[in-house]
Amino acid sequence: MTTPRALRRLPLHIAATVTVLLCLFPVYWMVTTAFRPNRDIQSDHPRLLPRSWTLDHFRRAVDADGFGLFWRNSLLVTLGAVLLALVVALGASFAVARMRWRGRRQFMLMVFIAQMAPWESLIIPVYLISRDTGMLDRLPTLTLIYFMMTLPFTIVVLRGFIATIPAELEESAQVDGCTRFGAFRHVAFPLLAPGLMATSLFGYITAWNEFAYANFLIIKQQDNRTLPVWLSSFQNTFGTDWGATMAASTLFALPALVIFLLLQRHVTSGFAAGAVKG
Amino acid sequence: MTIVRDPVVSRPPSRPPRRTRGTTRRSTLSGFWPYLLVAPAVLGMLYLLVYPLARAVLISFQDFGLRQLILGDAHFTGLDNYTTLLSDPRFRAVTRRTFVFMAINVVLIMGLSTLVALMAERLGRVWRTVLLSALVLTWAMPVVAATTVFQWLFHSRFGIVNHTLTGLGLSSFEGYPWLAHGPAAFAILVTLVVWQSVPFAAITLYSALTTVPAELYEAARLDGASAFRVFRSVTLPIVRPVFMLVLSLEMIWTFKAFVQIWVMTRGGPGDATTILPVYAVQTALSGQHYDVGAAASMVTVLLMSGVLLAYFRQLLRQENEL
Repeated sequence: MTTPRALRRLPLHIAATVTVLLCLFPVYWMVTTAFRPNRDIQSDHPRLLPRSWTLDHFRRAVDADGFGLFWRNSLLVTLGAVLLALVVALGASFAVARMRWRGRRQFMLMVFIAQMAPWESLIIPVYLISRDTGMLDRLPTLTLIYFMMTLPFTIVVLRGFIATIPAELEESAQVDGCTRFGAFRHVAFPLLAPGLMATSLFGYITAWNEFAYANFLIIKQQDNRTLPVWLSSFQNTFGTDWGATMAASTLFALPALVIFLLLQRHVTSGFAAGAVKG
Repeated sequence: MTIVRDPVVSRPPSRPPRRTRGTTRRSTLSGFWPYLLVAPAVLGMLYLLVYPLARAVLISFQDFGLRQLILGDAHFTGLDNYTTLLSDPRFRAVTRRTFVFMAINVVLIMGLSTLVALMAERLGRVWRTVLLSALVLTWAMPVVAATTVFQWLFHSRFGIVNHTLTGLGLSSFEGYPWLAHGPAAFAILVTLVVWQSVPFAAITLYSALTTVPAELYEAARLDGASAFRVFRSVTLPIVRPVFMLVLSLEMIWTFKAFVQIWVMTRGGPGDATTILPVYAVQTALSGQHYDVGAAASMVTVLLMSGVLLAYFRQLLRQENEL
């Protein structure tokens, strides 16, 4: 009974294997290239498994001009945007989910539209506005823009989470003498943890990866560049040093890859809850 | 949920006594508090989205080049920029290419991710976990990093792709410079975008598939429906709304390929990989024709808004069903 079943499922398992390999191969190739000695990289017969390992490429990538600085810039911009979005979105989603006021529907419609904002088409006016207001070449500009990129999604998801927490829980806390916001803080806030995690994860990914605005708004002040821009110009810095390029890519991708692998379950279930249903 | 969503604005005065305190508090708070709470979000959206959009519309009707950028004496020229654009054969070629790029991407993404989602549903627990992990890992790969990696995979001399193809007997690929040939560069970008987009679409469709009640399948099978019939009459109607949402999202997100294109080819070789946002930025920031660039951006937004409207209709319908 087991053999025919295994046989019957064989095509399915072959297809699954091929899919997994296609997904992982570029990532695998990036990581292993980063560890290969140069003679293996520039060989006419590349091997799937590296024969020997080296950390030279990582050393060169980390020692490269400004690596630490760009890392710090990216981190500052990302953290700033995520925190700002969380604070602003918490207030707004609380108002939407728990209060009754004129214009609430219109506000949510605006948020849904903002979530689909055509950022690729706004580069030109944002560049001109930043130029007029003396905000070019400055990290706070990027923080503000990334904040706006993540805010709508954060509001939508947090509103969903707040709405699922029964208001009665807070009301009974209020009966027991809590203030309205005290009740929210002590009762609802802990229940919001998964929502806060999902949204900050999304914000982190958006801000950490953003390239277009970082590339066009930071022009003269090269010290204020962020990691993606630096990585995109890596070939100018390092020529055809693919080992170092892959080492830098690995270092750049590592935080995201690790976080997502650890939180895989939450990510996959969060997809349906947040990203699609809006 | 229903408390929040029902359209009644004022609460009836008679309430169970236990709740009186909460209710009164709620109504006093509803005065200016909600507006205060949403104010930062509204101000942010006004200054960072509405204002830039209005500014872009304005510039697209002005004569705005390097001189106006420095002196600030732009004046209105009506529809001049739009006529310039529409009579430019290059712009028309770019628009056509954008749609081709979008069509190929979206068909591949939706087709592949549907297959992957159906596959994930049929797999056992262990296999499924492995598959979903691989998808999540791919999805988490930062765009710029992925773009660099693809450049390395398709490197003419040492790239693994050329090596493999040559090894398979296709000797014409030995040292083939992918990024120097228009169609090849276009194909690489499509591959890259599809590789990066399938995980999200597949996982979302898979989550939608898991919402189909098992009893329905059982009932259909008892009635003697074939596998294809079950898919068409049971799975598809339930999954369709999510499918349409993902479809319109992927269409809109085509324009996000700006990043991959800019990092890898800057629209080249020649114009082979130039799509609308690339064209707009090239015109405005490299060519200093901010006016024409803004007009091109506005045409892009207009073209997108059709898809956007469809998306919102679907979204609002979903919202009301919840």
